[in-house]
Amino acid sequence: MTSATDPNFARPAPPTPVARAAREALFAAIIALGVFGPLLAFRTTQDMQNRLIVETRYGLIAIVVLLVFAGRFLLSLWFTRERPEAGPALGARLSGLMPQGLRDIVRTGLPPAALVALFVYPMMILSLTGGSGALKWIDNFGIQILIYVMLAWGLNIVVGLAGLLDLGYVAFYAVGAYAYALIATKVIPATFPGLGVWAFWICLPVAGILAAFWGVLLGFPVLRLRGDYLAIVTLAFGEIIRLVLINWTAFSNGYEGISTIPRPSFFGVPFNASDTGFAATFGLEFSPVYRTIFLYYVIVCLALITAWVSNRLRKLPVGRAWEALREDEIACRSLGINTVNTKLTAFAIGAMFGGFAGSFFAARQGFISPESFTFMESAVILAIVVLGGMGSLIGTAIAAVAMIGGTELLRELDWLKAIFGRDFDPAQYRMLIFGLAMVAIMVWKPRGFVSTRMPTAFLRSRRAVSADHVKEGHG
Amino acid sequence: MSEAILTVEHLTMRFGGLLAVNDLSFEARRGDITAVIGPNGAGKTTVFNCITGFYKPTQGRITMRHADGRTHLLERLADFRIAQEAKVARTFQNIRLFSGMTVLENLLVAQHNPLMSASGWSIGGILGLPAYGRAERRAIEKAAYWLDKCGLTDRADDPAGDLPYGPQRALEIARAMCTEPELLCLDEPAAGLNPRESLVLNDLLRFIRKEHGTSLLLIEHDMSVVMEISDHVVVLDYGIKISDGTPPEVREDPKVIAAYLGVDDSEVEKVEAEVGL
Ligand SMILES: Nc1ncnc2c1ncn2[C@@H]1O[C@H](COP(=O)(O)OP(=O)(O)O)[C@@H](O)[C@H]1O
Ligand SMILES: [Mg+2]
Repeated sequence: MTSATDPNFARPAPPTPVARAAREALFAAIIALGVFGPLLAFRTTQDMQNRLIVETRYGLIAIVVLLVFAGRFLLSLWFTRERPEAGPALGARLSGLMPQGLRDIVRTGLPPAALVALFVYPMMILSLTGGSGALKWIDNFGIQILIYVMLAWGLNIVVGLAGLLDLGYVAFYAVGAYAYALIATKVIPATFPGLGVWAFWICLPVAGILAAFWGVLLGFPVLRLRGDYLAIVTLAFGEIIRLVLINWTAFSNGYEGISTIPRPSFFGVPFNASDTGFAATFGLEFSPVYRTIFLYYVIVCLALITAWVSNRLRKLPVGRAWEALREDEIACRSLGINTVNTKLTAFAIGAMFGGFAGSFFAARQGFISPESFTFMESAVILAIVVLGGMGSLIGTAIAAVAMIGGTELLRELDWLKAIFGRDFDPAQYRMLIFGLAMVAIMVWKPRGFVSTRMPTAFLRSRRAVSADHVKEGHG
Repeated sequence: MSEAILTVEHLTMRFGGLLAVNDLSFEARRGDITAVIGPNGAGKTTVFNCITGFYKPTQGRITMRHADGRTHLLERLADFRIAQEAKVARTFQNIRLFSGMTVLENLLVAQHNPLMSASGWSIGGILGLPAYGRAERRAIEKAAYWLDKCGLTDRADDPAGDLPYGPQRALEIARAMCTEPELLCLDEPAAGLNPRESLVLNDLLRFIRKEHGTSLLLIEHDMSVVMEISDHVVVLDYGIKISDGTPPEVREDPKVIAAYLGVDDSEVEKVEAEVGL
């Protein structure tokens, strides 16, 4: 450093990459020692006589510092090796490894292949696990992920297309869930008990409409707000709904939540062991797995409807107006677009899909309480949309599979106990790994998995618009 | 002489203590190219923002008179209704394109209102009714027509943000024309264009007036551009109208010369002699 500032020094030969990496790694290790040393090296515990003693863990701190050293060394080496080329980013280089033809096949073939996989997944699981473990795989992985895919596709309309940052999306999920729970447990038994088996199918549209209505209610006061202010108010709205559900016990039964919510029927045929149940009607042996498989196909259809509708809307004037709103609101108004209505439709339609998902969630769980609708849920859904690349359906689906599937998978990593000892519970590290993965992905692909935008109309050839031009919107 | 399409009466716009436009009255006649000129900060953009509804004037009345005799009081209309119902379109001094959308999409967004009703407020569109498909094809044809006029056909499927500056200005004009306005307001359309691009722009503006019967109101701070194509010039300085007339009249007006050269009225004679007028 001194040589660069002091003209009297002759400039030394540039250090070799290895020496340079070693130096940077040494610095990183020293910093790591300073930061982690006091935290990790000493621990206070109680000894046999109940006295507080300091336990030293020099071994642990040595491992951490060595890991930092090695990591930084390899990183530095990797980057100095690449620097002279000044080539494209890591991601572009990786995808550049694939020949063009293969990339085209992946691009055009992926959605149909994913669709087929989606439909055969339960059968495959069933035949692989022989029925016993299937429930977990279809429910925790299939249904759970698909609920988030659907929620993210719904939020994508508001955030990705219209560019309105909504941090309270979970409110509409809650509205949908409580709409189904309350109508199915209170209203229908009191009015038309005969419709009990149809409850889910009646309530699904009602829940969607109610959620859309709440979307408009939220939309009105926040229409004048933009960016950060909009985000804060939507966050507050989500919290208000949750607090009302907690405190208005006469209405929502507070923290206790609502239980014994009727489960969906197979278009009027209930899933139970009775003579008129699903298994008996179709001559099968009774098993709870049929209901799970049915729920799986219901959420597949709901998610596909969400995708289809939002894809369709994007190509209609209203969808173009959403995207134009994200790009430049003032220009929209100068072209005669009613921006108030345009924003409200985005809120309403996004909320409607949230409501559908909510009522499905209530039907699948059979029990709901305000715990399920915390801000954390909104944050996860938003994270999926951002990671997927705002506005892209496929990117969002990939992100949902990676995030939700990934965290579920961590529950399965029991073999890690063999390495880290019996106290080690990988599920406890879910959020840590989740956070690290998000940071890594955002460094690798700052605009999400699929950052390009497909035009909605073309004159000669349809070409993707690169992320450099597409704006993110500021409410 | 044709009737007035736009009448501005006693327009005043105050920002706190700053009087940006002060008791301005002028008329723009149907079929004319009317120019509003004046030095930087004279209040020209503010006048446009009042006409197109982006600012609510402190005082004054702005009347838009359509060919069929209907009138709109623009100071009472919301900004989007001014484009939708009063048929006044505008461009911006700092270009405002939808840069992440393609050139063609920009022109389709401009046809939002007719397309919206053709899509049955999206319901028919979602169901895929043929009426919407036809409407969209017509919209694309219209966009293609304007792309052809602006020489942008080859760039139709490129993102608007990718275009060079001159074509971006042209695209913004084409986009405004896609709303089928009766009055088109252009805020410094020639700013930042090279002389060749300026000539092309003048041709485009003349074409718009001649073939589409659209009246034009344009802001310019460079006098030379305006003198060539406008029929009528209004000169603003510090929010006050200092001159109003045909280009030769305005050019001769000592007040205008003083405003542009920044000298007192009494010194105008001397300055004129120096610059050879
Ligand atoms: N929104 C606003 N708030 C406060 N002052 C403004 C605003 N818009 C314009 N002005 C002021 O009004 C005056 C006229 O500005 P403008 O109409 O942009 O001038 P021009 O377009 O003729 O260069 C300037 O002094 C400007 O600072
Ligand atoms: Mg200006």
